[in-house]
This record gives sequence, C-alpha cells and structure tokens, in this order.
Amino acid sequence: MDDLLLDYLPILIFLGIAIAIAAIAVVGSMIVARQHPDGEKMSAYECGFDAFVDARNKFDVRFYLVAILFIIFDLEVAFLFPWAISLSNVGMLGFWSMMVFLGILTIGFVYEWRKGALEWE
Amino acid sequence: MPLSEMPNLVPALPELFLAVAILALLMIGVFLKSDTADNAMRTSRQIWMLSILTLVLTALLVLTVSGERLYTFNGMFVTDQFAVFMKILILGGAGLTLLISRDYLEMNSMGRFEYGILCIFATLGMLMMVSANDLISLYVGLEMQSLSLYVLAAFRRDEQRSTEAGLKYFVLGALASGMLLYGSSLIYGFSGTTNFTVMAEMFAHGGDYAPSLGVIIGIVFILAGLAFKVSAVPFHMWTPDVYEGAPTPVTAFFAVAPKIAGLALFLRVMTGPFGDLVDQWQQIIVFVSIASMVLGAFAAINQTNIKRMMAYSSIGHVGYALIGLAVGTETGVYGVLVYLGIYMFMTVGTFACILCMRRGERMVEDISDLAGLSKSQPLLAMALTIFMFSMAGIPPLAGFFGKFYVFMAAVEAQLYGLAVIGLVTSVVGAFYYLRIIRVVYFDEAGDPFDKAVSRPIAFVVTLSAAIMVFFILYPALLLDPAAAAASALFGG
Repeated sequence: MDDLLLDYLPILIFLGIAIAIAAIAVVGSMIVARQHPDGEKMSAYECGFDAFVDARNKFDVRFYLVAILFIIFDLEVAFLFPWAISLSNVGMLGFWSMMVFLGILTIGFVYEWRKGALEWE
Repeated sequence: MPLSEMPNLVPALPELFLAVAILALLMIGVFLKSDTADNAMRTSRQIWMLSILTLVLTALLVLTVSGERLYTFNGMFVTDQFAVFMKILILGGAGLTLLISRDYLEMNSMGRFEYGILCIFATLGMLMMVSANDLISLYVGLEMQSLSLYVLAAFRRDEQRSTEAGLKYFVLGALASGMLLYGSSLIYGFSGTTNFTVMAEMFAHGGDYAPSLGVIIGIVFILAGLAFKVSAVPFHMWTPDVYEGAPTPVTAFFAVAPKIAGLALFLRVMTGPFGDLVDQWQQIIVFVSIASMVLGAFAAINQTNIKRMMAYSSIGHVGYALIGLAVGTETGVYGVLVYLGIYMFMTVGTFACILCMRRGERMVEDISDLAGLSKSQPLLAMALTIFMFSMAGIPPLAGFFGKFYVFMAAVEAQLYGLAVIGLVTSVVGAFYYLRIIRVVYFDEAGDPFDKAVSRPIAFVVTLSAAIMVFFILYPALLLDPAAAAASALFGG
C-alpha cells in the first residue's frame, strides 16, 4: 500500500510547487506593484475596443447539430489510426470488429442524410 | 484466450439479432415515404408493427438459446436461467407497453417512426444489462438504455412538460452514471479486476483477500447509481416529475422495463461478485427498502394526478422488491422474481386503463376525472378495480402473492422488522388504491370519457386483468421458472 502511494509522491510534490508558484505570482504582484485602477484599466479588453454584445446571446441550434455530427466522425478517425497500426496483432477479430463499427456509423450517416440534417436550409 | 480468437456468438444471439434488426428498421423507416402527414403516419405504424414483431422474435430466440450457464466475449457476457427469466419479463413489458402506445402517439401528432426504434434500442440496452458479467459491459448496457430513455422522455419536444422531464432525467441520470463509474473505478483500483467471476472468487469466504475500505466505498457508490436507476429512496427525486411530464405511453414503459432491468442488475451484482460481502451491504439495502416503502405509501396519498400517484406507487413497489434482495438468499431472490413478474402485468394493465382517460380526443390525468367511470364504461372500471386491488395486495389477486413471497423470505431470514414495516406500509398504500375505486364507483359522475377503446389497449387490459384474477389457479406458470432462475443465480 505504502509503495503504491510512494509512486504518486512526485505528483504531490509537483502539485505543491505549482500551487506555490501560482500563489507567489498573484500575491507578490498585489503586494509589490503599485495599484492605480481607473475606468479604462478595469474594463473588458476585446481587441482594443469595447465589447459589442454580451457573450451569452442565442445562436442557431444547427451549429450544435453540425458539432455533434463532427464529433462522431472525429472519433471514428481517432479509432481508425491505432487500429490500422496494430492490425497485424489484433487479427481477424480486430478487423471485423472495426468493420461492424464502421457499418453502424454508416447506417447512422445514411439516417442523418435522409433526415436532412446535413442541409443548412 | 488470445486477443485475435473469434468469440462464441451463440450466447449473445438474441442481442445480436435485436441489434441488427434495429439497424434494419432504422433504414426501412428512413427510406419509406414521410413527406406528408398521412405518409408519416403510415410509416410510423409499419415500424411500430415491425418493432413488436422484432421483440417477439427476440423473445423466441432467448428461449431457444436458454439453458445452462454460458460465458462469452472474454467472460464479459453471461447467459443463464436467471438472465432468460429477466429477459423474457423485459421483452414482455416492452412489447406490451409498445402495443398500447400507438393510439396515443397518433392522436397527439407524435406519429414519428423513431418512437418504436428508440423503445427497442432501450430494450437492447436492458438485455445487455441483465447479461452483464463485467463492470464495463454493465456500464455500456446501462448507458445504452438510459440514453434512449432520455430521448423518449422528451419525445413531445414541442411541449414544455415533456422537454422538462427529458432534461431533468438526463441531468440527474448523468449524475447517477457518474457515481456508478466512480464506484466501479474504486472497485477496479482496489481489486484489480472488472470481471464479476474473478471478483466473486476474490471476495469469497476463505479467500486470502479481506475487502478493504476502498472496495466497500466502491460498492456503496455502485449501489447509489443503481438505486437511482430503479428510483429507490433516497435517489427517487426525479421520478414524480419525469413520470408526470413524459408522454403517458413512455411513462408506462419507464414504470415497467427499466425497473425490471435495474432490479435484475441489482440482484446480479449484489449476489454475484459481492455475494459474500452481504454483511457490508445488507444494512444499506434494508434502509433503502424501508425508506422506499414508507415514502411510496405516504407521499402518494396527497396526489391528484394519476401519473404522479403511479410514480410514488412504483417507488413503493421497488421498496417491496428490495426486501427480497435485503434477505440476500435464494428464497429472497425467488420472491423478487415472482414480485417482478406480477408487477409487470399489473403496471402495464393500469397504464392501459390510464391511456383510456380521454375526453374529446384530449388526455385527462386527474384522479377526480375517473368519477362515474363505473356507469359510462363498466368493463374498464372493473379492470381498473382489479388492478388497484391487486396493487394493494388484496388476497385472491396476483398482487397478494408477490408481496407474500418477499415477506415470507424476510420472515424466514428473521428480518422481522422489515416484514412488519412492509405490512404496515402496504396497509397505508391500500388507502390510496382503494380511494381510486371509491372515485370510480361512488363519486358524482363527471363527463364520460371517449367510448372508443382501441383493440390493442382492450387486449392488454383483458390479458393483464385475467392474469391478476387467474394467477391463483395456475401459479406454477410463474413460480417454477422463477425458482429455476433464482437457483441459477446462486450457482445451482
């Protein structure tokens, strides 16, 4: 048990150092630097001019749809790369598992296509 | 087993068939014409019929593959008599609730073909839960079920209550899944395995491994996650809101299939890998069971909405079923299985009656709307009376036997407190079930409901009511398979 915990000691030390440095940077600048706040300094900075609108405005739900569809195919690629490299080790089972996975994805793709999820208007 | 060896697919044949059928149905549905409202309706009706057919075929496959205990997929998947019994119950519950849903969907312009497909998708997840023999396959099955159910709860997406129900269920369900995963990771971390069979050997009496604190905390977290899924107190908060907000056929589905699957998982996990740690988890289950029974009995009294009342009633029923698990023996599990078999038909029948509560093509959901049903539709009133008496546990009806077997198991294990509290809460519960009968028979009649009762609903009501009444004549039809299933769970 103690050996196990000992393995994680570097992480604890790292965490301690990270917290210490962050705290020193924030607290040190508060103590050492001179504070002269004014309206311009306190305002939100957006490329040199004032923000046009509030960041929490509504936008089209179709962006979500595109994002969700993107993630599926992004993940597919993330699966395909390691599979392609280790194909000689995983054998026929590995090959057919991926084929089944791709088949299911294709059916999902056909479904979304027919449903018109890929058309913007 | 080397990584490249092909697994034996036969034990998982029903699930594989169901998965392929779902994909095929999805393709059929999306390629059939849905351009006009009429065409969309026809498509949805065809898919509805095919979905039910798929469930029937899957049930036949489950029965054919049944038999001795088989493992496959590197021991992640198991099938035995217990799994067969539970799968048949789940498929039956899902099929019957799907059967009674058609008219509601078409009348409320929800006639989209995805409904049936989502239902059988959830069913596939449940079948995988029942057969899970590994923490990973448990989680995958559970999530497959849950994700489909979230979408089903929000199926009337243009209605505020339905979307609210979907969102609530999703947020709280995700929390519960998180707890389950946290518990799983603790157990994996402290035991070094995710496989139930290996765990059972490791934790067995006489093994060289005493359970550490981490394992016990992990079990508690898994219990919390599972208790959420079967809506046991103190993880029941979502139930009334979701049951009330979701479309009525979806509520019927929620009340039957996921509960059975969740309790099946409870039984498998608690008696399998953690079976010899019964001293560690028994108190928790006893507490959850008592709290569910008490809350289910007392909170339902004040409800005016019948779907909300059924939500509290189902919390109470989960409490009764958990008595059998708290006992932790084969007799207790046998009691739970009998209880679930009866509960399935009782609940489906009640919801079929609730689906008849329509006035001028609109659903009404208040208990007071039932007034005068005995005069306008005497047969329906009689069926509802049978279900309510059965839920209350009045003797010759089936509901009595469900309670009888779990209470007997509790008495046999000398958990007298549990049995007594169960008896007291079922007397309290009888009050609100009998109140419905009073409203139906003795209250001043309001406007009558629409007379037309469609054939599927009439069939389900008749079937369930007949089972409630005639169970006493042929109890062996349920008791024998339940006994075989219970003994299979204990390695018999």
